[in-house]
Amino acid sequence: MKHSGYGKAFRAAFPYTIPVLTGYLFIGIAFGVMYQEKGYNFIWAALMSILVYAGSGQYLAVNFFAPGVSFLSVIFMTFMVNVRHIFYGLSLLGRFAKMGKQRLYMMFSLTDETYSLYFITNVPKDVDEHKFLLAIALLDQSYWVLGSVIGAVAGALIPFPTTGIDFAMTALFLVIFVEQWLGSRNHIPALAGLGCGLVCLLVFGRDNFILPTMICIMALLLSCRRIIEKKEQSREDTEKEERYAN
Amino acid sequence: MPISTMRSLLIIVVVAAVTFLTRLLPFLIFPKGKEIPRVIQYLGRVLPPAVIGMLVIYCFKSVHVTAFPFGLPELIAGAVVVILHVWKRNNLLSIGVGTVLYMTLVQTVFV
Repeated sequence: MKHSGYGKAFRAAFPYTIPVLTGYLFIGIAFGVMYQEKGYNFIWAALMSILVYAGSGQYLAVNFFAPGVSFLSVIFMTFMVNVRHIFYGLSLLGRFAKMGKQRLYMMFSLTDETYSLYFITNVPKDVDEHKFLLAIALLDQSYWVLGSVIGAVAGALIPFPTTGIDFAMTALFLVIFVEQWLGSRNHIPALAGLGCGLVCLLVFGRDNFILPTMICIMALLLSCRRIIEKKEQSREDTEKEERYAN
Repeated sequence: MPISTMRSLLIIVVVAAVTFLTRLLPFLIFPKGKEIPRVIQYLGRVLPPAVIGMLVIYCFKSVHVTAFPFGLPELIAGAVVVILHVWKRNNLLSIGVGTVLYMTLVQTVFV
């Protein structure tokens, strides 16, 4: 019985992960190619994609495999490129709380794409939520590992010019943004993210803007808490009234 | 390989550990069973759309609007993705068309 539950969860989750499949295959391939050019074969690429599992983090990490790079700078640069992840768990504390042993993997696998999928995906009614979330996480990482292995094996042999293929990831985030925009009535948080990101990018430059952006978003959302919670409250009230009216 | 196998393995372990730590941190600060402060519950609710907005900007961070091609390929392909998605709501269609269009633009139009 338990096992059939997993089969069902994977079948239900798969269609939702197809955009990530496309994106991860492409940027995974790009990572594999870059890493292979440094002299590391597909086993290394797979090892990194299994143990690290981070898009921009692994792109950056390719540069660490050179003489004279100190471990201190490896730690610092990795932390800076991944610092945005600290936000992600805050929204999933409750959802992961009852997941038992799988909880550790759910935390480990919280990439931008997986995290975003959790919020635009409605768990089908006849599927167990925890199994469904785990299925999304596992499918996403398998695409990532597969892509990096293909990239490392194929190397420069890819038969078509791949310039610009990484736009798949941009397109994925635009799609996720549109989905959440159309699905919510309160647009203050989304606009806060766009606005703070843009201003900080212009002020701090592209290499240093994520940390200031996070601080600005926090400050803005905390100072707008009354307004936003009032909106949430009034929406709940109208929904209740609608229900009573029926 | 430009450096030794041992050092390479060590780098992977360090990068993996630091990456995992950034994802683990909120769960360490607010362990399960402990009541989550209301302000954190509030942030948990409103952060996802803000983060997704930030990630959209993050994707466009390397665009130079002052030099050729002035970010036009990104602007055109990005606009097509958004319009197509609002219209059809089909993930694969929006991402597929947008990516192929962008590749065509950077490889043949804005060279």
